[in-house]
Amino acid sequence: MKHALKPSQYLILIAVMLTASVGDTLLSRGMAQVGTVDLQHLHLLWNALFNPFVISGIVLLIGFFASYMTALSWADLTFVMPATAFGYVVVALLSRFWLHEHLSAYRWAGIGLIVCAVGFVAGGPSRTEHEDEHHELDLMDSGAGR
Amino acid sequence: MMKPATAMNTWSAIGGVAALAILGEVLIASAMRGLGDLDIIREKSGLMGAIRAVLSSPVFLAGALCMALNFFAMLYALSIVDLSLAAPAIASLTYIGNAIAAKIFLHENVDRRRWLAVLFVCVGVVLLSH
Repeated sequence: MKHALKPSQYLILIAVMLTASVGDTLLSRGMAQVGTVDLQHLHLLWNALFNPFVISGIVLLIGFFASYMTALSWADLTFVMPATAFGYVVVALLSRFWLHEHLSAYRWAGIGLIVCAVGFVAGGPSRTEHEDEHHELDLMDSGAGR
Repeated sequence: MMKPATAMNTWSAIGGVAALAILGEVLIASAMRGLGDLDIIREKSGLMGAIRAVLSSPVFLAGALCMALNFFAMLYALSIVDLSLAAPAIASLTYIGNAIAAKIFLHENVDRRRWLAVLFVCVGVVLLSH
């Protein structure tokens, strides 16, 4: 298959899935502790930078950014997007099987839809080939093709 | 404690965050596409070489600026809008906007399966927040 992903590239996509969702969860937990920030109290954003949840959230989001950009260097934006959405599924499943929270039928339906979305996109090509890029991509294929 | 925000404030915060995210992601995707495979760059010139290649792209810097603004806009939005509304609304708007922008500006081949994926993700994200 042309443009088949290497195992290391699957690892990058898994990192994209995990870091964004866990990072966002940490951030929202931290911001709940910091309190309401409005235009009159923007200095509270500065305080937020010293909250441990916000700090760990930021570290994970930096990791997300690095893996996301790596993924975008060899795949289309519309190919990587469902991977980021899959992060929500990971969070929901973690809360179900690790924290033993109840998942409503709505949430199970949401999980099912996102899993289908990942399946649709993963079944197609990871990259749109543009005419001017053919030569470069062929070179990459010969290097990466196994 | 949430302060009650007007519908106008709520939706302009949500729209603003989504717009910054879309702009940022399209600029960054365009910069990465221009650079070529980062894994290959890293093999050739090391991690620092890859970081240097990324940071020397003006398109990337513009995208990163949008993402930084998006980050602070998100913190602000989360402080006036409930997470259960803000997160799915921003995510859905961003996914739809990204697909449209990727088709128009990045000339990605957004075929039927990808449109279907965008639709499923949007509905899925909204359902997950229930």
